[in-house]
Amino acid sequence: MDRRAAAGLVAGLTALGAAMAGWAATTAESAGAAEPQAIALVNRVTWGATARDVAEVARLGPDRWLDAQLHPPQVDRLPPAVQAQIDAMPYLAVPMAQLVADANGQNAAINAIVDAPLKAAARQAYNKALEDAVRQAAARAILRDVYSPDQLKEQMTWFWFNHFNVHLSKANLRLMIGDYEDSALRPHALGRFRDLLEATLRHPAMLRYLDNADNAAGHINENYAREIMELHTMGVGSGYSQDDVQALARILTGVGIDPRPNDPQLPLQLRGQLIREGLFAFNPARHDYGDKTFLGRTIRGRGFGEVEEALDILCRQPATATHISRELAVYFVADDPPDSLVQRMSHTFQHSDGDIAQVLGVMFKSPEFRASLGTKFKDPAHFAISAVRLAWGDTPILNTAPVFAWMNRLGEGLYAHETPDGYAMIATAWNGPGQMETRFELARQIGSGGAGLFRADGATGPETPIVADLKTALQSTGLADTLSPAADAALAQATSPKDWNTLLLSSPDFMRR
Amino acid sequence: MHRRDLLKAALAAPLLIAGRAMAVPQTGTRLLVVFLRGAYDGASLLIPVSSDFYYRSRPTIAIPRPDPANANTAIALDRDWGLHPALRASMLPLWEKGQLAFVPFAGTDDMSRSHFETQDTIEMGQPIQARRDYRSGFLGRLAVQLGAERARVQPIAFTGQVPLSFQGGAPIPNIAIGGVGKPAVDARQAKLISDMYQGGPLGPSVAEGFAVEGEVYQTISTGMNVANRGAVSPKGFELAARRVGALMREQFNLAFLDVGGWDTHVGQGAASGYLSGRLAELGRGLAGFVDELEPAAWDETTVVVVSEFGRTFRENGDKGTDHGHGSVYWVMGGRVRGGRVAGDQGPVTEAGLNQNRDYPVLVDYRALLGGLFQRIYGLDPSRLEAVFPDARPRDLGLV
Repeated sequence: MDRRAAAGLVAGLTALGAAMAGWAATTAESAGAAEPQAIALVNRVTWGATARDVAEVARLGPDRWLDAQLHPPQVDRLPPAVQAQIDAMPYLAVPMAQLVADANGQNAAINAIVDAPLKAAARQAYNKALEDAVRQAAARAILRDVYSPDQLKEQMTWFWFNHFNVHLSKANLRLMIGDYEDSALRPHALGRFRDLLEATLRHPAMLRYLDNADNAAGHINENYAREIMELHTMGVGSGYSQDDVQALARILTGVGIDPRPNDPQLPLQLRGQLIREGLFAFNPARHDYGDKTFLGRTIRGRGFGEVEEALDILCRQPATATHISRELAVYFVADDPPDSLVQRMSHTFQHSDGDIAQVLGVMFKSPEFRASLGTKFKDPAHFAISAVRLAWGDTPILNTAPVFAWMNRLGEGLYAHETPDGYAMIATAWNGPGQMETRFELARQIGSGGAGLFRADGATGPETPIVADLKTALQSTGLADTLSPAADAALAQATSPKDWNTLLLSSPDFMRR
Repeated sequence: MHRRDLLKAALAAPLLIAGRAMAVPQTGTRLLVVFLRGAYDGASLLIPVSSDFYYRSRPTIAIPRPDPANANTAIALDRDWGLHPALRASMLPLWEKGQLAFVPFAGTDDMSRSHFETQDTIEMGQPIQARRDYRSGFLGRLAVQLGAERARVQPIAFTGQVPLSFQGGAPIPNIAIGGVGKPAVDARQAKLISDMYQGGPLGPSVAEGFAVEGEVYQTISTGMNVANRGAVSPKGFELAARRVGALMREQFNLAFLDVGGWDTHVGQGAASGYLSGRLAELGRGLAGFVDELEPAAWDETTVVVVSEFGRTFRENGDKGTDHGHGSVYWVMGGRVRGGRVAGDQGPVTEAGLNQNRDYPVLVDYRALLGGLFQRIYGLDPSRLEAVFPDARPRDLGLV
């Protein structure tokens, strides 16, 4: 590694920061061209800068633009042509409980078929339906990531999915994953952490994935309890013990899934304790009503109230504030973020009762964040989505399947991380030799047109390649002016627009955000 | 000319790709580490057939005691231990040739029972009591120590991402071995791209990537035994392991491969069922690896199969097992002194359990691997210390 080059880069950034003295100097009055650091800000806070975002930050000024990103309207503001694509996806229109009930019925019918080839064909159709449900959920997520003006909300939805990760291949999770993302995570993406945590706890995708649906008094399964403490809240090595894990597992007994239309038979005194909400169920007959000692406190055995109390305790642990703050800073600032920043974020987390937008606000306005702009290595999702945004941010693509496939090839597929820890957010997880080669291959595919983005599902015959004009797009975002000499030198040798696109998307400059 | 000789001739001349010469390593010594991610149930692989406690603890998932008249029972290895019957065709022949040993009660001193924490612990290979460098893995450090004579080591990770085990030294190439295709970027573009990265932090990684991509594609498109024998095309792990065998026969000599799907909390099955299927696929893959490697190279190869921890000794309420502690490691190779269950053993009784829950660890992974490295590579104590700081290597006489 050339240390001088790295030192030069850092010095350059520092000089830039000093010259700008922060973007607060840029106000709405100076509308027109955005300042370089405001462009870098947009490139970090969105899935990748487009000309439209840059114009928006120039119009509002960075502070008001950030504020709008932190507090988006409740309703979606997708371009009508994109919203129409989502509205036309049949699996997204059916409530999850209905999807699962239909699938269970279908499954029973398939099991009853005697004729082997018929049975195999029916099984194949069933699996195809489950695949379609995932693909439609993924299509919606990709379209939102590329086209929603509320970019931070969409990034945070991805971030929280990764934080509260579930994997599509377990049981019938394929029917639940779209709902999990859309109704458990996305509404709370910039809200209160406590609400988000409970939304995941009440979702059947999580209860199935981490086996709490099987956790009952006398048949303890501590998988979910452990991951709540280790991954979702406090973080590993933060002071809790195996006894705390076991206590939480007992508290969580009876929290599960019930797909049956009728309520379970319960003794009279337990009936008032039953909770049902779609597929979610708290079944008091499966709950351990003994008292528990959890993180040094006695939790009186009394039913679902124990779960609420345990979540309150967990969310108010300083370890949780630090763990979440650090994860956010790793995602948005640096692989090894400064402790000073994490501490300030953690302080805000504790004093705002886990208000995610406030914690992010502290981070975005920090000098550490500003100094880091342009240096974070893109993970595969950012690489793929930012390429599509740059190329087709103004022209709705007709097929998201290629984007879905690219992310899978790069090792960061949607809903595809097997283990509950989620994907790593540091460069070394993504910049190995084989991974870089795959990026170059995809750069060529994306840059050359004909990647299938404008070929609707089911269309036949060869696709007419539409080659993106990345040169113009890059100029209109203002990013063209920030290219390194090495990238400029390579791009000057491009032999065609396709070649220019391939080289740009392969450049070290495009790998960073 | 034999196909193999053609390929050797092609490879003997240093390949100049992306301006970097790829040397064929001068030592034939090969090491492959296979990581079973998710904590496989060692007690279903190496079955404590003489333990009544085992059969009492696992009413629905125990593998029945050896019965020559019944194929769905454990295969007797010695008086106390049996092998899962799913490995009869693939691994039993190697055991009988003395090329496969099992090391029960193996693992770490990490008691977190967390997959991620303990996988990282093993891959880092550093003492857990001290402050650890989270960007440094034991295979990365081994490559550095061997790389003092660079020609000795040609490392590669056969995984979609560079694993933690291989981090911390020079960039190690990685390739998702399941999905190798013809290089898409042409030579002119490769040169322009490499130039953009040259001198930057990712320069070596990019150059290495272009070089390895070409070599790997050449070997697996022309140098695979299985393609030439009209056999049914292998899939999944078996295909991956065969490709690894061909590549380690021809050029790479220090490699890492992982395989997931072992976290059997629910319905793991017994002589048949889910876990049996996973073990069968693993066995077919490793047998395919040996087949592609061919006898001469197999004689110079050591394979170690590890997993982050074992599982609860008793079956849980869902006919599965939860996170435990001691595991069973495998050591295989053409010259391995196997056909035996190696290392310290404790009683397989209730009193013998760790925390009344799972197998204790009597053979530390760092001691075991350190002992193997000492023998395989002749590493002196200072180099061994650099690979496994503060470990006491133990020679179990396996190589």
